Order: sequence, then C-alpha cells, then structure tokens
Amino acid sequence: MAKVLVFIDNPGASLKKSSLELLTLARSLGGSTVALNGDLSDGVAATFAEYGVESILRPSAQDLDDFLVAPKAAYVAAAAEASGAGIVLLDNSPEGKEIAARVGIRLNAGVITDVVAVDPDGTAHKSVLAGSYNTACKASTAVSVLTLKANNVIPEPASAPTTPESATVEVPAVAAAARITAREQKVASGRPDLTDARIVVAGGRGMDGDFGPVEELADALGAAVGASRAATDAGWISHDAQVGQTGKTVSPQLYISAGISGAIQQKAGMQTSQVIVAVNKDAESPVFEIADFGIIGDVFDVLPQAAAEIKKRKG
Amino acid sequence: MEETLKIVVLVKHVPDAQFDRHLNGAGNTVDRDESILSELDEYALEAALQLAEARGGSKAGNQVIALSMGPSGAVNAVKKALQMGATEGVHLTDDALEGSDAAATSLALAAAVRHLGGVDLVLTGMASTDGETSLVPAQLAERLGLPQVTFASTLEVDGGRLTARRDADTSSETVEAPLPAVVSVTDQINEPRYPNFKGIIAAKRKSITTLSLADIGVDPAQVGFAGSWTSVGSAEQRPPRTAGTIITDEGDAGIKLVDFLAAQKLL
Repeated sequence: MAKVLVFIDNPGASLKKSSLELLTLARSLGGSTVALNGDLSDGVAATFAEYGVESILRPSAQDLDDFLVAPKAAYVAAAAEASGAGIVLLDNSPEGKEIAARVGIRLNAGVITDVVAVDPDGTAHKSVLAGSYNTACKASTAVSVLTLKANNVIPEPASAPTTPESATVEVPAVAAAARITAREQKVASGRPDLTDARIVVAGGRGMDGDFGPVEELADALGAAVGASRAATDAGWISHDAQVGQTGKTVSPQLYISAGISGAIQQKAGMQTSQVIVAVNKDAESPVFEIADFGIIGDVFDVLPQAAAEIKKRKG
Repeated sequence: MEETLKIVVLVKHVPDAQFDRHLNGAGNTVDRDESILSELDEYALEAALQLAEARGGSKAGNQVIALSMGPSGAVNAVKKALQMGATEGVHLTDDALEGSDAAATSLALAAAVRHLGGVDLVLTGMASTDGETSLVPAQLAERLGLPQVTFASTLEVDGGRLTARRDADTSSETVEAPLPAVVSVTDQINEPRYPNFKGIIAAKRKSITTLSLADIGVDPAQVGFAGSWTSVGSAEQRPPRTAGTIITDEGDAGIKLVDFLAAQKLL
C-alpha cells in the first residue's frame, strides 16, 4: 500500500465535497496524510478523523496565500518528502493543476491531471480530446502526482475514525514568486461551484439576455449555473460561468443545456456529463445529437414549468 | 525612454477541434496531421505584439519570438505567428522529442529559452486545446526558477516589473512580479488581430531558426518517450454519445422533463 499525501488548501469551516472525494480515494490507496494550508477549524479536524486521516501537516510559513502557487508547491513537495508519500493527490482546479505541475518538477515525479479513477498499482484513468478517448496512464517515477476530477468518487467516511497526529513542515525559500497585491472577493452566489457541482443548468444565445429562467431552474435543483461563450461574450452572465473549450470543463451527473446550439467548442466542455438534457427551439441544433432527453421548445415556457413542477414535487 | 523587451511566445500546433481528433501509434500520441495554431495562443501573441508596439516595436529593438516545439508541422504555427507580426520564429525539432510528456517538454523548452538568452517574458495561452493539461507553462517556470502569473486578463510591464489582473472564481486579484517571468493570458485580455496582406508578405522575409537538441545542449535520453515520467498505457475511443428521446413541446414538456429526471433518480 502506498502512502498518499492529500493537499487541502484553506478549507474554512468545512471541507468541500471534492476534498472528501480526495480523502476517500487516498484511504482506498493506502495511509493518508493531509498537507493543510490555512486554519484548521474544529469541524474540519473532526472530518479528517472521520475520513481516516493518519496525520496532518501544516506549513512553517503563514504567508503562502500572499503569493501565486510557487511557495505552495514548495510546501507540498516538502510535505511529500517528509511523509514518504508515493502518491500526491490534489484537486483538479486550475490552481491544483499548477501546484501539481511544479511539485512534479521538484520531486522528479510524473504528473497526471484530470484523473477519474486510480488502480491500486497507481495507474490513473482519464479521458482526453474532449471526452472522445479513455486512457490509462502511469508515472514511471517513484512518486506520482495526480489531480482528481470532481464527482468521480463517492465520499465515504472510514469504518473507524482515526486520531490524526500533527506536524509542521519547513517551507523551503522560493527564488521568485508573483505577489498578490490586492484581492477583491466576488459576491458569493450561494450556488455550488460550477466545476464540482452534481447538476449544472447552462444557458446560451437562446436565453436572449435573460438568465432568470436558468437561475430559477438551477435553484430548484440545487445546481450550478453555466453558460455558453455566446452568452458570456454578450455580457448576460459572468465570464466565470463559461463552459467549453475556452472556459470550464464539467462532468456533472446531470447537465441541462438551455438555448445552446451545442457547437463543438461547447461540447468539449460538457460531453462527459453522465446525463444530458437539452432544450432548444431549433430542432436542428447539434446538441440534440448528444442529448439523452431533448425538448424542441421555447426555453421561456419549458424552464419555468419544470422549475415549478420540481418545487411542487419537493413540497 | 521605455525599456525594450525580448518576449518569447510559446505557440503550439494542435489538431483542429472542428474535426475528429485521434490518438495514434505505440505511445498513443495525438495525431497532428491536420493542425493549426492553437487558438488560445493567439491571445498570448497579441499581448506580446501590443507590449512591443507600445515600446516602438522592432525598430526600437523589441523582439517577439514565436517558439514552437514539435515535428515539421509545428513550423506552421510559427509561420502564422510571423504573419500576425512576431519578429522572428524558432522551431525546436528533433526526432528524439517524439512522445515527450509535459515534464520532458518543459525541460526542452526551458533549455531553448536559456539558449535564446536575455528573455524578459515568456507568454503562453491559458491552455492548449488538445492536451489541456496546462502543465507545461508551470513546469517551465519551475525549471527556470521564474515567477509565473497564470490566467492574466490584463498585463502591464513597467520598470522591470509586471502587473496583471487575474480573475479567479471567488475573487479578482492584482498580481505583481519582477521580470523575467512566465505569464499565461486568458481569452479576455485582447482581440487577436488577423494577419493582413502586408503581414503575410512581410512574414516571407522573416527567418525561422531551427534548433535541435544538440543546439540547446539537451541529452536526447532526457526527453521523448524515454525521458518522460508518464506514459499512456492504453487508449480506447469512447463510443460517441447517441441521441436519446427527443420530444416537441406540446405545452407539458417541462413536466415531462421532471418525469425524466425522476425516472433517472436525479431529483
């Protein structure tokens, strides 16, 4: 069994679902150690114990958040060496991948991103070319660095809780790093993160400037809101919501596409979703070629009716 | 007097996403027969051209070097960059590079950037449109010991420092770093120009330097399939998604949608 190091960055008051997925996968592969950055709240400490974490490492430096990734990568690499980890697991966010990239160079370790499953021998499974191929990849190095896509592991606490040990890891000095001089928090939407949401409702050109019906259906389902590039370029919704080749890649259990034609650039961001539902008034839209359930109809009729029906059934 | 800049822009030739893309051969590498300049790299090139032009362009000594690594087809990405306005092109090519993963690619590119010498900025797109791992720029920065700013939606350079804005999901950040630095830019930073007739003619007179591994002092055993730290053991084409049930709204499609979700246990 390999020793596995999981990097958890600033969990706040409770761990995100994607962090629980990392901890569950780590425990299935071997003993898990957490390299934590940021405060350790009582709630998070309890969850670590519940998920069978054997030890918790904390950095000697407190200012890792003031810089872009380089010092975090130095910390994670040092933590991997201190814990003797054979596998380093991170989330698949852009920052997670960037830290993984640098950790790989520091540890002479192969890095595999967008992982959906890991075999006991360390073979990692992922899909490439916008979901058109499934591949099995392996690092030939002593240590593998893997970033895990959200929604591919079912979070499960350990059969018996642990009492994690804790230790401090000395963060090596980094030659040069970009410093964050100002940070402006965006207003929280209260909806799940687009990249790890279980359900995504996305709108496109057909929403004609009004994302109200998309948001209403998303909220009825507890879903994240996504958008095509046409909708974000038109300024109808924030650029962060863009799904597709130049935006985010999502693979939720359910993707509802509303008023999106489904050009190849959009498909690239969502075609590994487990179930796809499409609503579009144009019967010729390419999105219908990949939809499990398609409705040729007006988004302004269908979406509000569905939202009302869901609210009724949920009581 | 503004400082002059020597900017390297990494350009990649990628299979055109408008067509079917395939993995081939023993190492399951991407088939690049029908390749184009990665769309996302055009934003990096445009950002470099704007920085150079604001300082008097090539006449004032600013350099915008398009660097591409890969087999003979990679030179097409360099040519397109020259047509857009890059001052020179560099094509790093060697049979031993075939099958390089991100770590091996970043090793070769780092050696090429050192070989070019005196580089102030390395600019890249936010991701390639084929591998989409986004690892190479971060690994290049780590190997060169340089700061890296990713996902820049604005970029200014003044007095040997850069300032950029990054839009992350939960916050917007202003970031500063000393030069030299590696910066990846998003598709929000600018609107890339199209090569005009004058640019296409001018590109024919610009030189493309071809570099081999020997030229940049890299041992062939460190790159390619042999020098890579990861390998693709198997690759299976996923069956294409097939269309499911398509209905036309007759006034109750919203209800039918919810029935479908309930049947799939998605409510």
